[in-house]
Amino acid sequence: MLPDERGYFGRFGGRFVPETLMPALEELATAYQMVSREQEFKEELAYYLKNYVGRPTPLYFAARLTSNCKGAQIYLKREDLNHTGAHKINNTIGQVLLARRMGKNRVIAETGAGQHGVATATVAALFGLTCVIYMGEEDMARQALNVFRMRLLGAEVVPVTTGSKTLKDAMNEAMRDWVTNVENTYYIIGSVAGPHPYPLMVRDFQCVIGIEAKQQLLNETGRLPDFIVACVGGGSNSLGIFYPFLDAPEVQLIGVEAAGLGLASGKHAATLTQGRPGVLHGSLSYVLQDEEGQIKLAHSISAGLDYPGVGPEHSFLKESGRVVYTTITDFEALQAFQLLSCTEGIIPALESAHAVAQAIKIAPDLPKDKVLVINLSGRGDKDVEMVSKVIVK
Amino acid sequence: MITYLTAGYPDLNTTIKLVEVMAGHGADFIELGIPFSDPIADGPVIQQAANFALQKGIKTAEIIAAVRKIRQRLSTSVPLIFMTYYNPILQYGLRRFVAHSVEAGIDGLIVPDLSFEESEELRTVADAYNLALIPLVAPTTPLERLTAFKANARGFVYCVSVTGVTGVRNEITTDLASFTDRVRQCINLPVAIGFGIAGPYQAAQVAPFCEAVIVGSAVVNLIAKNNDFKGMSLAIGSLAQDIKSALLNYKKQVAEHKKLC
Repeated sequence: MLPDERGYFGRFGGRFVPETLMPALEELATAYQMVSREQEFKEELAYYLKNYVGRPTPLYFAARLTSNCKGAQIYLKREDLNHTGAHKINNTIGQVLLARRMGKNRVIAETGAGQHGVATATVAALFGLTCVIYMGEEDMARQALNVFRMRLLGAEVVPVTTGSKTLKDAMNEAMRDWVTNVENTYYIIGSVAGPHPYPLMVRDFQCVIGIEAKQQLLNETGRLPDFIVACVGGGSNSLGIFYPFLDAPEVQLIGVEAAGLGLASGKHAATLTQGRPGVLHGSLSYVLQDEEGQIKLAHSISAGLDYPGVGPEHSFLKESGRVVYTTITDFEALQAFQLLSCTEGIIPALESAHAVAQAIKIAPDLPKDKVLVINLSGRGDKDVEMVSKVIVK
Repeated sequence: MITYLTAGYPDLNTTIKLVEVMAGHGADFIELGIPFSDPIADGPVIQQAANFALQKGIKTAEIIAAVRKIRQRLSTSVPLIFMTYYNPILQYGLRRFVAHSVEAGIDGLIVPDLSFEESEELRTVADAYNLALIPLVAPTTPLERLTAFKANARGFVYCVSVTGVTGVRNEITTDLASFTDRVRQCINLPVAIGFGIAGPYQAAQVAPFCEAVIVGSAVVNLIAKNNDFKGMSLAIGSLAQDIKSALLNYKKQVAEHKKLC
């Protein structure tokens, strides 16, 4: 069972944080270990996932997309139908229940696209906790609607003006806040990244996606899928759907990174494809960096994938070969965004559009009896305005 | 008194000359920060300095070369300490970094994001080259952890005065007496207190609890505020002097107090 007790997945993971946070991480790991075994916690989590988040989400057979591709049968795992519009709330609801048990009355989070920020602000409102969200100034401009949503939910949104003014710097700032207010503050990390136990904990909370999908497909078709495709930024939606299938080698798992303007342009967020191992935000994993070990800026049209790091378990799965990682450009994602909208009446988040793009790339070459599941991690309402500007151009 | 400079801010020549200034004004140790793009333990002042140096393309090898120059120019043997994050060291190569640093004249190393649990590999190399890997401890560090640090602490113990990032503060509200007592109970090394030391007042405030105070952001701030080297060196020289005399006076006061008793 990975990770080991030091938080390592093979050679990736660990805890690379200032000493001030080490006792807090130990406290968190112990609390999580205890709570996750409690029947009462499991029931409470299940209650909120069902009645508040709206789970289970459907596994929907995309008939028109399938006939459009003339190949494998394509199913969509509809995480876009969750409350707040993405998979992020699976994790925040779990972590906020943990925070409450630990007696923390203030929660903080970083956010890129704003989806994790909204999901955090939502659960903070649900339980009446103080909530501070760190968001890069650049992302705030790109995702103004989500900023307003978070404020409406009662959260304080702090613009991060340092570095690249995006997700990476928001995470730095959230860590600095946590170092300062560690006594009363719970840091809700939004991805399977960060120091141990976050990669483990977030994966566990997101696994509900894969567990449901497996059962749903078995019920409907009596078999496991041949392919599962999911986008990878930090990697939480992909690991959530992949994890329950890791021990079924006949299921091919494909992680899709953002190639931005193309890998050759240098403007991309393809950490696993183009990066190399390094330490960022508390764990050892693949990182986009220069020769000197300085972290490079990532680029993607999708703010949620625009991150130069990736969860350590993905690095492990890349090197073990269990998951294949590939890339999709901004342009391809935009095409998929439009195709899914007009064939299925489903507007995907730009992040999820990367997974859709990869699926429609491979589906036509596959026999019609093959089954491919796309994790549709979020809905595209937040992106419509931005896409309208790009498409008009 | 230990003072800190971000190497390459505003440029390496200035860094070299400021080391001389600080050594001449009573710095007992000098820390040189190797800039990192994502310094999670640093407040705005050192972040900006690091960012500035990186924008100008500073490289780890150039900083090591600058240390060599400092050692050639400097008449005193003031110990020099590198402070940087783990990734630049990892990418340079642990052994290569330690070997080059020691060869250039570095005596110690502080890595704020390298937890004790992750430090074994670097510590083994550092020990082999006689480079002191200086542990950071925080007010949140419990006794059990301190006990675990014991055998592996080198040089001195860097006590972080506050839960937080680097940067000047008006008051230090941590219970330093019980914090440093706890540290001394477990680790038999000199105690240095850093983070938040803005000037003589805070230095005198923490002096009773330690063998050394560390002044970082306050120094870097003076570099930011002065446009020319002359202004910087005067300002930094006088800050160093003020802190030094606050520390000496504090000791004098204690000595006199003891005589009276």
